[in-house]
Amino acid sequence: MSNGPLQIKAISGHAGPVPGLDTSRDYSVAKLIDVTTCIGCKACEVACLEWNGYPFRETSFDNTYQTMPDTAWNYYNLIRFNEHVAEDGTLSWLMRKDGCMHCADPGCLRACPSDGAIVQYANGIVDFHQEHCIGCQYCVSGCPFNIPKFNAETKKVHKCTLCSDRVGAGLEPACIKACPTGCLHFGTKEDMKDLAEKRAAQLRQHTAHTNAGVYDPPGVGGTHVMYVLHDIDHPERYGGLPKDPQIPILVRIWKGPLKWLGNAAILGGILGAAIHYLRFGPKKESHEEAHGD
Amino acid sequence: MRRRTVIERYPFHERFCHWLTGFAYIYCLATGLAFYSPYVFWLAIMLGGGPTSRFWHPVIGVVFVGAQMWMHHIWRGDVKFVPEDREWLDKTKYYATNQDEKVPPQGKYNAGQKIFYWAMYYGAFLLVLSGAVMWFPELISVSFGWIRPLAIFVHEGAALVTIGAFIIHVYMGAFMVPGSVDAMLHGFVTKDWARAHHRLWFHQKTGE
Repeated sequence: MSNGPLQIKAISGHAGPVPGLDTSRDYSVAKLIDVTTCIGCKACEVACLEWNGYPFRETSFDNTYQTMPDTAWNYYNLIRFNEHVAEDGTLSWLMRKDGCMHCADPGCLRACPSDGAIVQYANGIVDFHQEHCIGCQYCVSGCPFNIPKFNAETKKVHKCTLCSDRVGAGLEPACIKACPTGCLHFGTKEDMKDLAEKRAAQLRQHTAHTNAGVYDPPGVGGTHVMYVLHDIDHPERYGGLPKDPQIPILVRIWKGPLKWLGNAAILGGILGAAIHYLRFGPKKESHEEAHGD
Repeated sequence: MRRRTVIERYPFHERFCHWLTGFAYIYCLATGLAFYSPYVFWLAIMLGGGPTSRFWHPVIGVVFVGAQMWMHHIWRGDVKFVPEDREWLDKTKYYATNQDEKVPPQGKYNAGQKIFYWAMYYGAFLLVLSGAVMWFPELISVSFGWIRPLAIFVHEGAALVTIGAFIIHVYMGAFMVPGSVDAMLHGFVTKDWARAHHRLWFHQKTGE
């Protein structure tokens, strides 16, 4: 989706600098998900479908209240249900709203070869522009959260846009608007970080969750979707949230040193061949002629 | 004195196989480079657009590998390394600086050509294996997700090796050794050409 009011910070597969970079300042935005107050009502899932205009998908039952096993190209937002038995035998029911984390250093954007298919706005939103998507799914390889999903029919990849179209118009994302418990918050990244830290401190002081903390993983430069978790040391309990997400090292090498090595080798090879031709020229067919030079 | 007599070097099916492999490779090279660098993404645009290039690249890639297998069937006997190749490799610097009188006589292909052949052969093998993963990445389950970046890495690495070999191949054929393009287009070389570049093959072919 095109968003006139939003300033662009980075463009995938783009030759040269980003046009209009830093011409104006923009607030860095963030969504805060306080999983400790999520009741699993799935109003956010429905609001997401309604705003984005997708029909409701088939659901599947796998002995939890989870709508389906994984997010889908037309289902950006999924509450993951997980049961956790603590050492003392108490059972807790963990619910986490899963979706794009809007990384400050987005692996999808780094991996994408198509100019303008993925853009990062100055406010931190990472958005897919399907009209420029070529369907290669390199973004899937670059993402440490398994978020981009492929539509096999249209050969385009989709994911949560953080409602960039709404945010560009001064509205909060649809999921935030629908949340009945105040588990979802939206605002500037600084405000949300502040709010998250306060909530985590509150949990540590006044509840049994003495290890509560804020999930804003530095491995991907921090994220514009943050969690408050009951136990910050075990994010994997919440349906496989990675403890230390990183862009795969092979993607970093491929888009970094290997690219420059390859460029140098290709250009060097062509240049070398041209210089060789000027220096030695074509081979002669008889040795006598060669000597005659 | 240039003799006008010629000998056949490449019959029709060999020439057809060569150009089929070559054009399939060049298509994959152009579209692949487009996906490799934003600075040459216009190659994909010129070839029908990004999605079109993404669709055809793997299909033509299969044509390339298929043609390469056919080529292997045709030339596998000629590209086997023989003890004389060691000597050629020791004298590569004379070959590269056009001091051909110091280079030992060669069979149908010299060791450099054989190295090019095997670089393309093993390159194609790696490209098709990694390419299969990249063609349908949506079929790989989440727990095997690490295969995807690995496949891209191998694909790009193997492609770069074949590009290096390809640059030398085109340069040698089109510029360094006059008569080679003609041979691959029309099938014939002059006796002088054969005597100069592949003397053992010339003896074997003509008995002279």
